[in-house]
Amino acid sequence: MSNLNEIKRRVVTNVENKPFWEAAGQGRLMVGFCNACGENHYYPRSICPICYSTDTELKETSGLGQIYSFSVTRQADPPHIIAYVTLNEGVTMLTNIVDCDAGTLRIGQRVRVHFVEAEDGCAIPMFSPL
Amino acid sequence: MSIRGKAFVAGIYEHPCRGAANKTLAQLHAEIAKGAIDDAGLSMGDVDAYFCAGDAPGLGPLNMIEYLGLQNVRHMDSTETGGSSYLVHVNHAAQAIAAGHCNIALITLAGRPLADAKEGKSGGFHNTEAPDFPFEAPFGANVANMYAMCAKRHMHEFGTTSEQLAWIKVAASHHAQYNENARLRNIVTVDEVLASPMIADPLHRLDCCVITDGGGGLVVVSEAVARGLRRPLVKVLGAGEAPKHLSAGRVDLTFSGARWSGPKAFEEAGVTAKDIKYASIYDSFTITVLETIEDLGFCEKGAGGRFVSDGNLISGVGRLPFNTDGGGLCNNHPGNRGGMTKVIEAVRQVRGVAHPRVQVPDCDIALAHGTGGLLGSRMGSATLILGNQDA
Repeated sequence: MSNLNEIKRRVVTNVENKPFWEAAGQGRLMVGFCNACGENHYYPRSICPICYSTDTELKETSGLGQIYSFSVTRQADPPHIIAYVTLNEGVTMLTNIVDCDAGTLRIGQRVRVHFVEAEDGCAIPMFSPL
Repeated sequence: MSIRGKAFVAGIYEHPCRGAANKTLAQLHAEIAKGAIDDAGLSMGDVDAYFCAGDAPGLGPLNMIEYLGLQNVRHMDSTETGGSSYLVHVNHAAQAIAAGHCNIALITLAGRPLADAKEGKSGGFHNTEAPDFPFEAPFGANVANMYAMCAKRHMHEFGTTSEQLAWIKVAASHHAQYNENARLRNIVTVDEVLASPMIADPLHRLDCCVITDGGGGLVVVSEAVARGLRRPLVKVLGAGEAPKHLSAGRVDLTFSGARWSGPKAFEEAGVTAKDIKYASIYDSFTITVLETIEDLGFCEKGAGGRFVSDGNLISGVGRLPFNTDGGGLCNNHPGNRGGMTKVIEAVRQVRGVAHPRVQVPDCDIALAHGTGGLLGSRMGSATLILGNQDA
């Protein structure tokens, strides 16, 4: 279980998702946005999964949201916390909660993005309680 | 075109092994194929359709049809929806039979995750080319914690408790005590489930299914073939399949794809949840069962915790006897894929040959449901309704 804290340092980038991870490396959390239908989507895609327009781009978020659900694995050290966070922009993303007291976390808690450095200059968008 | 009454499950076989270090994957498939064909009273030369999923080696049907020496196959299908694949296969086999493409379909599943782990072979179904992989793997997503988040959210919205989830394992253990092949045969209590180590909060070790080697097989045949076999007739009454996913970030973890596959199967079968005498419900984790029972309409959404409590899933005790072989929680979860054994036990119930201590009296209509993939992200849900010759 301890490798839960190691595996999360690696990101598989490709030509489609690279701009998302490059932005993350610069401390910006992006979602997919479609200029045709005006909807956000996550994870970002080149073709809008809602209206199928190719007129999509990345849109920077506030980096703020609230915990939709989470699970603590205490066999890891420090405890590993996986979560779905619903961003203020309306979409929900898989992430980790870090720099927190695992015992006091609750669904609905407000959180802010906290980028954790990874391999190859990438940074991974995790969240911490406000 | 409805499949109702067009196809029959004529043969079943559950491999008795739970560890297969001395067998290859192809060998397991072949032993299972032979077992299912023997059970049907047919011969391998009769098989004219073959179905397998991602557990089969190589290119699936191509490698296995050759290994098995099948010469008369004119229909093949390698639909892969994870652990629910085999319920989908029954549906597709019935469709192919109804369309006249084949008469005798063989479906096999085998896996050896325990042996593979000992041999240092990597397990799991993650494909780094999957577009979602880069957005999930960096966070340490695994099977247990992805299901745990469903349980946590269900508890938050509906007040479901760990005690209620534990009742699902307790019921499975009551059934497993009679299954001599079950991986875990000891009866457990709610307190014992709660006292087992926390794996991914709020799921304890005893909320999780077993990991086993082995597998199972099915033979699905046309009515003309079925009537020529001296076997109990188990009719395919209806089937439904549905994917559910994260909907571009509009996430709801409190229900499964059974919300859509269930009504389709019930409609085709012409029955309702009230008509189901026995249900095989996919039980990768206790929460999988709880959400599925709600989604299939055995109780209202959110009432699953109360429904499963106090032995309501125990055969002879409760209203909905489930997983009378012990299910994935206690008996067998071969290759980390529980769908095949769900169909097999439902067929045993309709035949009336489940263990006498768990056999449901007059089991004329049974349901089997599979949840492949992950309840916490994307899944393939499949519902199958079976009946006896009068159904």
